[in-house]
Amino acid sequence: MRGFFISRLVQLCVTMFIISVVVFFILRLSGDPILVVAPDFFSQEQIEQMRKFWGFDKPLGEQYLTFVTKAITGDFGKSYLAKRPAMELILERLGYTWMLAAAAAAIGLTIAIPLGILSALKRNSLLDLIITSLSSLGTAMPSFWLGLMLIIIFSVYLRMLPAFGALEPKAIIMPSVTLGVGMAARLSRMTRSAMLEVLNQDYVRTAHSKGLLRQTVVMRHALRNALIPIVTVFGLQLGWLLGGSVVVESVFSWPGLGRLMIDSISVRDNTVVQAGLLFFALSFILINYVIDVLYIMLDPRIRFQ
Amino acid sequence: MDVQHSSQARVGQIADMPARRSAPMRLLAILLKSPVGMAGSLIVTGIVLLAFFGPLISPQDPQGRNLRARFKAPGYTDDIGSYALGTDQLGRDILSRIIAGSRVSVLVGVVSVLISGTLGVIYGLISGFVGGILDSVLMRIVDGLLAIPFIILVIAISGVVGAGLSTLILILGFTGWTTYARVIRGEVLKVREMEYVIAAYALGQNRLKVMLLHIMPNVISSAIVLAAVQVGVTILAESSLSFLGLGVKPPTVTWGLMLSDGRQYINSAWWMTAYPGIAITITVLGVVFLGDWLRDLLDPNVRGRA
Repeated sequence: MRGFFISRLVQLCVTMFIISVVVFFILRLSGDPILVVAPDFFSQEQIEQMRKFWGFDKPLGEQYLTFVTKAITGDFGKSYLAKRPAMELILERLGYTWMLAAAAAAIGLTIAIPLGILSALKRNSLLDLIITSLSSLGTAMPSFWLGLMLIIIFSVYLRMLPAFGALEPKAIIMPSVTLGVGMAARLSRMTRSAMLEVLNQDYVRTAHSKGLLRQTVVMRHALRNALIPIVTVFGLQLGWLLGGSVVVESVFSWPGLGRLMIDSISVRDNTVVQAGLLFFALSFILINYVIDVLYIMLDPRIRFQ
Repeated sequence: MDVQHSSQARVGQIADMPARRSAPMRLLAILLKSPVGMAGSLIVTGIVLLAFFGPLISPQDPQGRNLRARFKAPGYTDDIGSYALGTDQLGRDILSRIIAGSRVSVLVGVVSVLISGTLGVIYGLISGFVGGILDSVLMRIVDGLLAIPFIILVIAISGVVGAGLSTLILILGFTGWTTYARVIRGEVLKVREMEYVIAAYALGQNRLKVMLLHIMPNVISSAIVLAAVQVGVTILAESSLSFLGLGVKPPTVTWGLMLSDGRQYINSAWWMTAYPGIAITITVLGVVFLGDWLRDLLDPNVRGRA
């Protein structure tokens, strides 16, 4: 057990290292970062001065080392634009993104699990066809478009919900439903196939032949075992959710990390973009690490290996 | 050697001849049996035809402005023509623009998936076949790249590099390969222990030949299934990026850009937002259906199930 935790932790650090390299070099794909932010009227001398100030006069390897050692201590450098530490800007927004992601994940799970189970139990029925069609539709629909359509219906015509911002509690409804529906569509597919897999197992047949109630068999014997692949897929889908939140936050002007990223990209505030990318990746792999550990603890077959 | 070759060829001929003649018919028969496959191929064929022959059937010039017919609701008709799906802020016909936009979606979907598929298959083949330390290093790199959600990675790169149709295709192509690499590598690990691979070695074939002739053909079907899924993902990514202003730039017509226009006038002209989104949804749905059908067809592990 402990060996597993440690090896996963080492793997986590290696992944983080690779991400830091990728993020560092992505932001230098454009060539000289100073020329991008320096105003046109700056003289050559002023540009040199600026380059020195931000540390861009040093060799790339050294720049990377400084970037990583500082990043570990939580120092991502100052935003070019806001003239404040990028970390501060990110922490202000992070809570909003997590809140949105949590609400969307909750909506996704509440819709997907019952529907997935139902469609597996009533396999090849009309209900199954309807559920799987809806889930294909939800997968194919661009999430930001669903958001726009919700705005048209609930803000423009019905005037029930605010179209943007996070000023009142009910402002979270539309963005989280937008993301939750996409999540549900993806998860219900997985729930269905995981359930189908489990329903074919011998122990389920045994449970049935013992004369147990159908719902006991489904909930106790089948669902519990199907939960393992469902939880794994849920962890991976969080990547989709975080990615989707970037676009959906822009649609609803939700003041989260995604919107900060888009705003920073458009003004070329690269320190913030860099820090934002790292935070997204970090949240994603940390959640998946927790999920890995969790289901190792939940599943005795893996635990006692 | 000679004897072996000619006998192989003869066996091949005998086995192939009846099958080859009926292959298209067989495919059609399989397709007819599957409503999902049928729907998927019809939609995809339709969109591809639209992309190629769009200008011939387009009711109006997708760039043609008509300032007297701005923001007209669907069904509006004037002396210039009729606008089945309404007009936008410059009086351009939405239907014609949706038809024109199909080009970008098809182009982006096909070309970037070709790039990422090729890269990913080569990467996965090498990683799985060579194994050892190289495999661990290559796979850790893939893990690192996969940890950054795809769309965020693409947004960041296109924000830094700049936008445009060809740049966008390249960016999507050079970031999407990681999924293939992971899947193909897993398949190679399974296939390389198979008896026919060991037999090929025993017959004295070199490693490169074994990899290209015996392993690759057996893992490529996973790549094809994945490619179908990725076409959908790529089309959605392109529309998101263009919507955010980080993708294709006007005057090129894309569905994502149309949605970004629609958002500006969301209070008054719902049709500017509704129809391009429906176009994206139908296209991706077609691709998803086709992918599902291909998976059932090509992957014997799931054939008949689900």
